[in-house]
Amino acid sequence: MRQEYLVPAQDFSVAGVASSNLKRLLKQLNINPFTIKRIMVAVFEAEVNVIAHSYGGRIVCDLEEEEITIQVIDTGPGIPNLDLAMTEGWSTASEQVRELGYGAGMGLPNIKKNCDHLTIQTKAGEHTHITMLFCLKEGE
Amino acid sequence: MSDAGFHHSLQVLNDACKGCTHCMKRCPTGAIRIAKGKAWISAELCIDCGQCMAVCPNDAIKIEQDPLSQLQRFTYRVGIIPAPFFAQFPDTFTVTQVLSALYDIGFTHIYLAETGVDILDILEAKEKAQALPLISNFCPAVQRLIQIRYPLLVENLTRLRSPAQVTAIFAKSELKALGESLGIFYLTPCAAKIAQFKTEGSEEHRLFDGIINFDTAYNQVSTLLARDKEKYANQNIGFTFPHCTRKALRWSLVKGQSSNQSGRALAVDEMHNVIEFLDILEDEQETSLRFLELDACAEGCVGGILTVRNRFLATEQLRHWSTALPKELSQDLVERILVQSPSFENNLCLKAPQPMQVMGLDKDRSKALQKLEKVDRILAALPGIDCGLCGCPSCLALAQDVAKSQASLRQCVVLKLKDPKELNSLARIWGERPTTANGQKDDQA
Ligand SMILES: Nc1ncnc2c1ncn2[C@@H]1O[C@H](COP(=O)(O)OP(=O)(O)O)[C@@H](O)[C@H]1O
Ligand code: SF4
Ligand SMILES: [Mg+2]
Repeated sequence: MRQEYLVPAQDFSVAGVASSNLKRLLKQLNINPFTIKRIMVAVFEAEVNVIAHSYGGRIVCDLEEEEITIQVIDTGPGIPNLDLAMTEGWSTASEQVRELGYGAGMGLPNIKKNCDHLTIQTKAGEHTHITMLFCLKEGE
Repeated sequence: MSDAGFHHSLQVLNDACKGCTHCMKRCPTGAIRIAKGKAWISAELCIDCGQCMAVCPNDAIKIEQDPLSQLQRFTYRVGIIPAPFFAQFPDTFTVTQVLSALYDIGFTHIYLAETGVDILDILEAKEKAQALPLISNFCPAVQRLIQIRYPLLVENLTRLRSPAQVTAIFAKSELKALGESLGIFYLTPCAAKIAQFKTEGSEEHRLFDGIINFDTAYNQVSTLLARDKEKYANQNIGFTFPHCTRKALRWSLVKGQSSNQSGRALAVDEMHNVIEFLDILEDEQETSLRFLELDACAEGCVGGILTVRNRFLATEQLRHWSTALPKELSQDLVERILVQSPSFENNLCLKAPQPMQVMGLDKDRSKALQKLEKVDRILAALPGIDCGLCGCPSCLALAQDVAKSQASLRQCVVLKLKDPKELNSLARIWGERPTTANGQKDDQA
């Protein structure tokens, strides 16, 4: 089953709305709460990144029996140096964004930590496309 | 995710129920449906909070009530009495009089449930949980609400024994010489605590020998107080009634717990507020809060479903008494507690509560996924009025019930009025409702 959520640029008042709506779906699927928690942390961080750093985008969720794939696709401007961006504490967030409580530079590292497989396609001047995979098999 | 055998203390009286939907709309876990014009409570989802009973205009929700005669099973009968019980009586009666009448209705020993708060303090027991903020386990209705509706927050529930349990252990330990002939009884302000006590395998079930509803005890005590006015007027003998500190007496009032925590703490009372707050909290990624006190009832336990007196007056009464209490426990009670301390060794932390996955559409995930898609499409056909006339609390709930084959679209009154033909074909697509376990089938147009 596929579900999409739009994420606007720069509107911090809706930060967490998409991940919260996704959570409502996941709770109906009998998924282990700890797995839901992992998914929530990762999707929330990706959602905030779209709001804070991009021109806007969408979250595409594919729910399947044994795994959940979540793609976060924005419309640019891309990440010039991905290795740097993945570093804990590294952030280009503006002072304004920091004052709202975001921009600690832990988003991408936390995404990596919480999903089972992560790919990021990005290039300066182009869009960013994050694909997160979560396995639902019991006993992990 | 066991505890299938959870006991419920609330029941619908079919003769009195008019199927008016009030209870269904109030239920915090969506456990109620109206079928054949009568309310029906799902045993899987009910948390025994008593909201349905409070809102029912027809007195059609009955709460389990054990008779006072159960005391006679024991030679020695200990009453563990929560302070809000004493606050049920008007100012014309003193605590001593109420206490004296409690002995007269059959108790041989009385302990204040709140003494447990002080015992935990003296033993330096600390609230703990796997995740912050800690959510107090004091209110069993809230604990079950979280286990069912907020599975992501189950790790935040504290695991310290409740004060009433601690007091029961203290009493048992002090009076162990009385052996088998000793019965321990708890006075309850609410349905949630009855359910907890009657659930086999629960700590309450193990520690208490019986439970008596606040209103049952209130009626007996006030009858005596009214009948033997003269006798009680001259009553000021000191009974064995362990005192407690100011803080302990206020424990079950709103902010009673939160105001005594280190770090930032918050108290929320009344079910709809608790839900509003937990909805936000479950989404929260970070919080500076350390402790949450959540009470299902307005004003805390003085607002329990079995209370008699107005909750604001009862609160004021308890606060008033508490100002006369010391901040420190008396030395002799401290000594009594320390003597019994071996009984508490490695005995204060409870098993971690588990999330109960009962809100899902199907235990089988691939079926749940199919049903989730169905829900989406069915919901699109429904009017979105949430009128409740179909017997479900919302259009979404009807869509979910249809997807689970527990209801038929024919139940939608609005569609029936708007376009009966269309409804017929939609109902055929999404399936008719099979006869349910309780043999009810009320949706055939
Ligand atoms: N979707 C995105 N588009 C452009 N840049 C991004 C995006 N996501 C992350 N970045 C860049 O990577 C950096 C690190 O991201 P992250 O680890 O989430 O920390 P933070 O968001 O707190 O800055 C950001 O500061 C930003 O420069
Ligand atoms: S607030 Fe107190 S009286 Fe009300 S349900 Fe919870 S424990 Fe029972
Ligand atoms: Mg970020």
